Amino acid sequence: MIPLSWYMALSAILFCIGVCGFLTRRNVIIMFLSLELMLNGVNLNLVALSHFLESLRGQAFTFFIITVAAAEAAIGLGIAIALYRSRRSVHVDTVNQLKG
Amino acid sequence: MFIQIFFGYCALMITLSGILAISLRNPVHCVLMVLVLFFHMAGLYLTLNAEFLAAVQIIVYAGAILVLYLFVLFLVSLREELHLDAFIANPWIGRVIAGGLAAALLYVIPAFTLGEKGVWSVEAIKQVTHTKALGQEMYSTYLLPFEIGGLILLVALIGGLALARRDEGATEANAADEATTPLPAQSDHKEAAQ
Repeated sequence: MIPLSWYMALSAILFCIGVCGFLTRRNVIIMFLSLELMLNGVNLNLVALSHFLESLRGQAFTFFIITVAAAEAAIGLGIAIALYRSRRSVHVDTVNQLKG
Repeated sequence: MFIQIFFGYCALMITLSGILAISLRNPVHCVLMVLVLFFHMAGLYLTLNAEFLAAVQIIVYAGAILVLYLFVLFLVSLREELHLDAFIANPWIGRVIAGGLAAALLYVIPAFTLGEKGVWSVEAIKQVTHTKALGQEMYSTYLLPFEIGGLILLVALIGGLALARRDEGATEANAADEATTPLPAQSDHKEAAQ
């Protein structure tokens, strides 16, 4: 039997890895990926607590977190594509202006 | 004894692949490291008797969300990545903040005490199987949040379509860009010839 504190420690470490990635990386997609790492840390904590509390509340909550994570990934990556498109066009414009 | 070793292996792999995922240069390698992390997370869910959630973790996270990330990575060309200004200029400050947060969280974990136990003990779940128990909870106690979750997915679907769709003016501008892109290469050739 694995004690609850091991799971909580692992999920805290995973969450902090996500925080570190979010604060240090500059690539937008990797920042979204770090967000997923943080959500996974929270999910692990919820599932472990639901197992040790003998209640399914945490697992139901994990379900909703997975739903919101999927929605967040779809919207965030849509924003990333729109941002990429506008940045690229701006970039090409400046190149043309520099050419004179 | 076996389950402790399994937990240790999963924890080690999760920590290593997590650190690699945020430190590797190539974004495709980062996504593949997160894939490894999600598989070991599903293994941990199995040790917690949550086999349905383990399946959902692999199907939804590894199968759908990470494939979405990979698609976007291949759509956005890898050479000119999308960069934002970092929240903190010096990356070491971010690392110190994350390390301090980890130390604080690990320090307060022993103070945690379990609350009152619910009705779904391991034996009760074993009698009706995990999927059925979770379905019963989901469609009775959490019916309204479940419907709101469906609405959130609908909003995400429409929002993703509206954001990623290119309108008519943008199509013409992109066609014009594609027509003008060979020009810098030609000027490079001219300079090389000179």
